[in-house]
Parts: sequence; C-alpha cells; structure tokens
Amino acid sequence: MLSASNLISQRGGMDVFKSINFELKAGQCVEVLGDNGAGKTTLLRTLAKIHTQYNGHFRCDNFLYQGHRLALDELLNAVENLTWHGHLRGQVRSEEQIFSALDRVEMSRNSLSPCAQLSQGQQRRVAMARWLLSVAGVWILDEPVTALDQSGQELLVRILNQHCAGGGAVLYSTHVTLPVVNKLTLVVEAVENQRFAR
Amino acid sequence: MILRLFFSELRLLSRNKAQVLNPLAFLFLGVMLFSVGVPSTVQSNGIYAGAVLWFIVLLTNLLALDGLFRRDYDNGVLEQILCASEIPFMVILMRIFVHWLHTGLLITLLAPLLGLALGIEAHALPVVMLALLLGTPALSFIGATGAALTVGFSRGGVLLALLVLPLFLPVLIFGANVINDAVAGIDNTAQLYWLAFISMVAFTIGPFATTVGLKISVQLQ
Amino acid sequence: MFLREFWHKLGSPKWFYQISTGWMIGFAVAALVLLVVGMVWGLAFAPADYQQGNSFRIIYVHVPTAMVAQSVYISMGVAGIVLFVWRMKLADVAIAACLPVGMMLTALALFSGGVWGRPTWGTWWEWDGRTVSTLVLLFLYIGIYALREAIPDITLRGRASALVAIVGTINIPIIKYSVDWWHTLHQPGSFSLTEKPTMPVEMWAPLLVMVLGMYCFAGYIILARMRIEILLREQRTQWVRGLVA
Repeated sequence: MLSASNLISQRGGMDVFKSINFELKAGQCVEVLGDNGAGKTTLLRTLAKIHTQYNGHFRCDNFLYQGHRLALDELLNAVENLTWHGHLRGQVRSEEQIFSALDRVEMSRNSLSPCAQLSQGQQRRVAMARWLLSVAGVWILDEPVTALDQSGQELLVRILNQHCAGGGAVLYSTHVTLPVVNKLTLVVEAVENQRFAR
Repeated sequence: MILRLFFSELRLLSRNKAQVLNPLAFLFLGVMLFSVGVPSTVQSNGIYAGAVLWFIVLLTNLLALDGLFRRDYDNGVLEQILCASEIPFMVILMRIFVHWLHTGLLITLLAPLLGLALGIEAHALPVVMLALLLGTPALSFIGATGAALTVGFSRGGVLLALLVLPLFLPVLIFGANVINDAVAGIDNTAQLYWLAFISMVAFTIGPFATTVGLKISVQLQ
Repeated sequence: MFLREFWHKLGSPKWFYQISTGWMIGFAVAALVLLVVGMVWGLAFAPADYQQGNSFRIIYVHVPTAMVAQSVYISMGVAGIVLFVWRMKLADVAIAACLPVGMMLTALALFSGGVWGRPTWGTWWEWDGRTVSTLVLLFLYIGIYALREAIPDITLRGRASALVAIVGTINIPIIKYSVDWWHTLHQPGSFSLTEKPTMPVEMWAPLLVMVLGMYCFAGYIILARMRIEILLREQRTQWVRGLVA
C-alpha cells in the first residue's frame, strides 16, 4: 500500500535524512522514530506529496495526511469542518455518519461549538473523527499523540488498531512508542554535518 | 462538490464578517480622505475621480488579498487542499472567485455611492459600474498569485504590494480612462473590451499560477 | 539530435562551466570591440542632430540599455519556463545572474533618459509612456529581487522567482500596450523623439553597433555571474575543489 526505496528528502538542495526503504502491507503500522530535526515531518510531508524535493522513489496511493496543523477552521464547528473535509475529497457524509464518528472520539457533546473554543486535545479528537470518516487506506499521521490525555491516547491506539484490522495501513511519527499491534519501526537519521546552505 | 465547497465558503464568510467589512470601510475611508484633502477652491467635479476611484480600489483589493490564504495556511487547511483534493486547481479557483465576490463585485455594487462621493455625475455611473465589473476580476486573479507566493511570510504585505501593484497598472490605466471618458460624455467601448481582455488573461493564467505558488509556499513551513 | 544532446548536457553544471569559458571570452571580446567602435563612431563621427545638437548623442547609451534591460527580463521568463518544464538547475542560476544585470541596466536606462530629457524636454522626469513602462520594468525586477531575498530555501527560491518571471513576462506586452495608449491619449505627440526610421544612416549605424555591443556585454556579464554562482553552489563537489586547488 505504501512503499519507499532509497527515498531521500531534500531541502534547499541538501539531503535531509539518510535514505529510507520500507514496504507497508495492508494491516501494518509503521512507527517513525527519530531525534528532533531528524526529518520525520519532512519524510511524512514527502509521502503526502506536499514536500516535492526528494530523490528516490515511493508509492503511496489513496492516503490521508494529518500534519501538525489539524486543518480545522476555527470559525466552523466540528460537524461543519468534517463536512467540508468530505466535500474536499468528493464525498458526502450524512449527519448520522458524522455524529457517530464524533461519538466514537467522545466529542459528540462539543460537536456544535466553534473549533476555536475547543482545547488542543479536543481538536485532536475531532481530527481523529476525520480519519474515521475518510475512505483512505493509508493514514500518514504526524505526531498524533501530541496534546492527548490518557484516555485520548488509548482511544488513538484503539482507532489505529481497528484501522489496521480493517485492512488499512498507518504510518505515524512519534517520540513515545505506542502499544500498537503488528508494528514496524523506522528510524529516521539526519545526515551528518549538514552542508553549508547558501 | 465544488458547489458544496462554494456554499461552505460563503458560510465561512458569514462567520468572518471582518474579512468583508474591513476592506469596505477602508474603501470609504480612502475616498473620504481624498475628498477632504483636495483644496476646496478646486472644482474637482470628477477630474480625478477615475484615477482616485481605481487607486483606492487597487489598495482595497490588496488589503483583502493579504488575508486570502492566510488563515488556511496557518491552520493547515491549505495542505489538505493541495494533498487531499482530487483537483486542487478547482478548489483554489473557487476560493479566488469568492474573493472576487466580496471585493470586486461588492465594490461594483457600491460604485454609485463612491462615484457620487467623488463627484461623478449620475449619467456616467452605469459605465463606472461596468468598468469595475470588467476590471476587478483581473485584480483578484493576478493578485491571488502574489498572495499565494507571499503567504509563507508572516509580514508579506509589503512584498505582496511590490509584486502585484506593477501588474495592476494596465487595469488602472484603462479603468481610469473609461471613467474619465464617461464623465466627459465620450463613448469608450474599446477600453471596456480591453478591461475584459485583461481579466480574461488573468482568469486563464491566475488560478494555475496561484496553485503553483501555493505548492511552493506550503513547503516553506 | 545535436540540439537534444546539447539540451541534456545543459543539465550538468560542470559541463556548462567548462563549455561557457569560450563563450564568455567570445562575448567579452565582441562587446569590447563593438562598444569601443560604437562609442567612438557615435560620439565623434556621427553628425549632430539639427534640433538637439550634440545632446542627442546620449541615445547611444540610452537606447541600448533600455532594449537590453527588457530582453534580459524576457530571458528570465524563458529561463523560468525551462525551470518548471525541465527542472533544470541551470535555469535558476541564469535567473539569479540576470536579475542584478537587468536591474542595473533598467536603472541606467532611466537615468540616461533623465539626462537626455533635461536638455531636450526641459525636465529630468516626465510621465511619458516609455518612461513609465521602463519604470514598471524596474519595479518588476525589484519585486523578484525582494521575493528571492525573502525565501531562504534555494530550490523554492528558484521556483518562486521563476513563477513571478513568467507571469511578469506574460504581462509585459499588456503593460506596454496600455502605457502606450495612455501616453498617446494624454500627450498627443508634443514631444517627438527622434525615431530610428527617420534617422540618417550615419546616425543609426553606430546605434546598431552599440545595441549589439550592449547585448554582448550583457551576455558576458550574465555568463560570468552564472559561472561564479555555479562555483558557489557546487563548492563541495570534487570538480570544483579540483579547480580551486
């Protein structure tokens, strides 16, 4: 579903990390580890086709990307945001579907308040509802644990496991290892002595 | 789908009234400041009206342009438009169109008021409106390219002006000329066609260039 | 076949650096000869204008700089297209090299225009059609320059400036046309510039030499700047180290 061979992302003509090879089959998770500044985010953005400077090859079809920024408009409420994300992908979701997704992430009580009024963790949960609603097979998640409380983290692991069990695949970056079943680990290493960028 | 996105865009505008109203307030403020600044001994009945009206319209557009993609860029929606949408081009085209609705079209509808404030006589007002209607799309579509390229800088406003204002020059020239001729009672259909032509060119290349510019800008993060 | 091979080789900065040595020297020699010949011919031997006297001779600086300034911008647009279509690194090097050269030439054209305008029109500055289009050209250059300064990432900087150069190049004809129209409407021929076709041969022949010389000069400077830029960008590679050592 998702594979990369000799993939090196570049920034300003310089290599960001050492070449990366992996192959992800349906039902598998990849946990991307690495120090700060090793290039985890750049790798994920490359796979999501947002960062377009790279060498090597990768294949990534029908994916969903979740960056540090949650892509929730603070002026819209959770339901409106989720509806919008559906439309962006050309999908129409009924209110029941959206409410049941919000219910699964325990956000049904706040579903109609503007996202500006939600806490970071609550916004994270709304973002999780977005994953649940999408039909994408591969989820690319950049540090999904951030700002989540204990129950939120358990919820996250549950959702990831369910997605993999349903034939999906997940690639996520993190600093804390998550107890996800069927997990591969990928360590991103920064290129030593970064060349002088002009 | 595009239609649904369009309606949600309108809903967003209704939530964010400042985005619509602040530039409009600036528009009237600019007209007022100019009118007060002109010496009262000068019978300025519409001599400068064409130039001033277009100049203030350009500035208003510029102010509004700075916010065109700013929020989307900050909250990550822009990344999603580029990576999740089937055709980012159409979504961006629609965004620019909505921008034109609440700048260009709205200014066109308010043109009679502005015209009267600037001393343009009533018989010329339909032409003034037509000129604004045909000329303002060019401002939105060319300007969006500049907005896309400068959205990555937290203070991109001046740079945006520097990139975009020289390209606005033809619109200013033809637009002001049309209004001046209309005030003088001369028929100037030819330059109206020119305004339409410039807008068509801007419409053809603007959305493509904007998409390319946004793809560059999201990589700056 | 030959062209195709040439095109492929242009992708390699090293190859370009080696091959351009000869071109650069060629341009330099041609520029030197043409500019000296044109200058001496134009300043000393060409007849004085019957209306403007000797002051018209600044045409031999003014017209070439203005023409080349515009050509340089258009070549930046072409380089921009090459950058987007073929992702050729050399195109960005070309844009980086063209930018300051074009900017200086535009400024020089405006300045020499002012110097010429003083004795002829009686003013340093007049909002004439061509003056305005040259001024807009300067602003277009400044815009790209400012954008390049603002973007730290070298690859993105190249793409962004290429995009602006393309959009600007598409707009140049529209700007010129609109400005000409505005000019003719506002000042119907009150200042008649001595146009080329109405000039006698003795006057325009040195001008032609000067224009060609200025093109060669710009070609020389741009190539020299490109070569320096290549060395800077490739400073960590084996071949540059070998060259410098």
